[in-house]
Amino acid sequence: MSILLTESTTFIVQGITGREAVNLTRECLDFGSKIVGGVTPGRKGRDVHGVPVFDTVGQVVEANGAIPDGSVVTVPPAFTKDAVLEAIEAGVKLVVIVTERIPRRDVAQMVELANMREARIIGPNCLGIMVPGVAKMGGIGGPAKDAAKAYTPGSVGIMSRSGGMTTEIASTLTAAGLGQSTAVSIGGDAIIGSTYAELMPLFEADDQTEAIVIYTEPGGRMEAQLVEWRETNQGAQRPVGAAGAARLPIVAFMAGRFMDDEEMKGMSFGHAGTIVEGKEDTATEKIARLESAGIPVVERIDEIPDVVRDKLGVTA
Amino acid sequence: MRFYEYESRQIVERAGVPVTQYGYAKTADEARAAAERIAGPVVIKSQVLTGGRMKAGGVKFADTPDEAAAHAAEILELEINGHMPRGVLVDPKAEVAQEYYAGIVWDPTQKQPMMLFSDMGGIDIEQVAEEHPDHVGRGHFSNLLPFSDFQAKQVIASVGMTGRELNRATPVLTRLARMFADYDMTLAEINPLARLEDGSFVALDAHMEMEDEARPRHRKLLEELGISEDDDREAYEPSDFERNVAAIDSADHRGVIQGKDHGFEGNIGLVIGAGGGSLTLTDAVRNQGGRPANYSEIGGNPSVSKACGLAKQVLQKDGVEKIAVMMSIVSNTRVDIVARGVIKACLELDRDPGETIAIFRIPGAWEEEGFKILDRYGIEYCDRSVSMWEAAGRAVAKVQGSADPDASGREAEEASG
Repeated sequence: MSILLTESTTFIVQGITGREAVNLTRECLDFGSKIVGGVTPGRKGRDVHGVPVFDTVGQVVEANGAIPDGSVVTVPPAFTKDAVLEAIEAGVKLVVIVTERIPRRDVAQMVELANMREARIIGPNCLGIMVPGVAKMGGIGGPAKDAAKAYTPGSVGIMSRSGGMTTEIASTLTAAGLGQSTAVSIGGDAIIGSTYAELMPLFEADDQTEAIVIYTEPGGRMEAQLVEWRETNQGAQRPVGAAGAARLPIVAFMAGRFMDDEEMKGMSFGHAGTIVEGKEDTATEKIARLESAGIPVVERIDEIPDVVRDKLGVTA
Repeated sequence: MRFYEYESRQIVERAGVPVTQYGYAKTADEARAAAERIAGPVVIKSQVLTGGRMKAGGVKFADTPDEAAAHAAEILELEINGHMPRGVLVDPKAEVAQEYYAGIVWDPTQKQPMMLFSDMGGIDIEQVAEEHPDHVGRGHFSNLLPFSDFQAKQVIASVGMTGRELNRATPVLTRLARMFADYDMTLAEINPLARLEDGSFVALDAHMEMEDEARPRHRKLLEELGISEDDDREAYEPSDFERNVAAIDSADHRGVIQGKDHGFEGNIGLVIGAGGGSLTLTDAVRNQGGRPANYSEIGGNPSVSKACGLAKQVLQKDGVEKIAVMMSIVSNTRVDIVARGVIKACLELDRDPGETIAIFRIPGAWEEEGFKILDRYGIEYCDRSVSMWEAAGRAVAKVQGSADPDASGREAEEASG
């Protein structure tokens, strides 16, 4: 199947009347996604590409007689926390936050509430979720026609700290005849709703997924956390093939190796989360850590398909 | 954004943590006056946004006001790690019984702030954690629930502290934790936190950093500290290139461009995007032997003038021979508009676009329109079937080829023929 998103998933768009949100709504509808409402405070009664607009999430629930499964939040940073808390308190279980430049404390508060309510956050500063041929939630892949060119259904799961590179990787896999099960743009900030390690159990439980590709960058502990997750779920405790053991091979690409240079210390490039604060979070250190856990780190995107195929052959 | 020590001390003082009766001075005379007021031995400390002050000679002790003035004069002229001090802090030399460490950081794995406390202060906390792990106490606290004293008490007690010391240190860590949350800090450290002979605790040094994105909602605090909105506290002085690109970006709301050249000194100008794509492409150029002259990002849907502005800035950098215009697959960037922009930049600088643009790789919905324009000027381009690595490699080969006089002669012949 897929993770997080299926053909029957219903979702809303918060901030739907914004310029980018209008495009995103069109793209998602064209791709086959089920958008059941939009929210912009004060704009009740309008519609965006046929999607009715409401003032509150509660009004959408009332009008539909059901709580939507998800929400794509694309409102300015100062209002994002409020919008996300509103969605979670209305019972929404999957929130994709597109907005960037949200202060960490706001993100941490949203995530803590999500954990209390058993909801999940993807992002912020992300392009969303793509299930090739089925649905997309967010701007990932762009217009439906372009998205279909880059993404094809198949067995590779993608998780990426860069929205744009998610599509570049998918397109490279597609060109090599390898389709994708689900691609998740997880976001480029220092604190995000769902990390690699937090999404791995979902991919492990998905029978369509046979391999994982991750796009990584310097900064943060997310890669170390993935390695720890794997070590706990595989190896001595649970050998490959044992019940509950991690079964999926992972292939990583690391961008931003140039940031290891002495002159680049304390600077961030590309995404807010790339700032290197300690010894552990440099590209070199992360590559060594991933490789020691049996996760190959390729130097070029175009090497990914061969390494994935190789891994699939080994584990098949 | 990092605060100077004298600002950080004001912040902890507001939070209710006692500090010494220090003075801040911008001249030697002001330092003398501060020392006279203190009327005792003092420490003169350079106010720079970098570590390693002590080692660099930026911290000195003085017994008299004259000595304080002399040290201040020296320290005010002393550059440390490329930073000139903004002033000096004149601090009374305290009678310290013991030094401690109190700090709050973000734990991105747990997604909560984490308290750190040690009874071995005055040195780097990482070093203590490595060499004496049992002397570092840790504890997370909620982003939603109100902070309560017992949370700080548990952390301090975990390093073996008890009695009056525990009870007097607890409110310090509590106040630091609340301040961290209230002011959107990304780091709040008191090191050393000193216990004086009379049993009271004072902050002898403080290091605070506030999240840039949260600055707008702390305008009042920043104003009271005398920090203006354009005081961006970058790790280094922005270059002309960086300033110019930022000015072009803010003058036009369409699309986003960014340029950095700190630490870059090459001959290939990079007009690349976006975030992850820029990281990937910069690596691809360097790892194939190329020397980038800069880092850049184009994102969203920039106008012709914005793309032109960035390309012009890159082309005008010293030593730039050719530019490479490359992006990962784009969804809403108008490829034809970017093409027009970079060609316009070449023409306005009297450069042949076909010669100057080493490669153009921006795969996306608008690429056909872009190709037509690129064809007209004889610019080499490619679609998604050429990988980012390969496109970068072609650009590197061209620039290296043009450094060879024979090769450039051949190119000139081909161009004229």
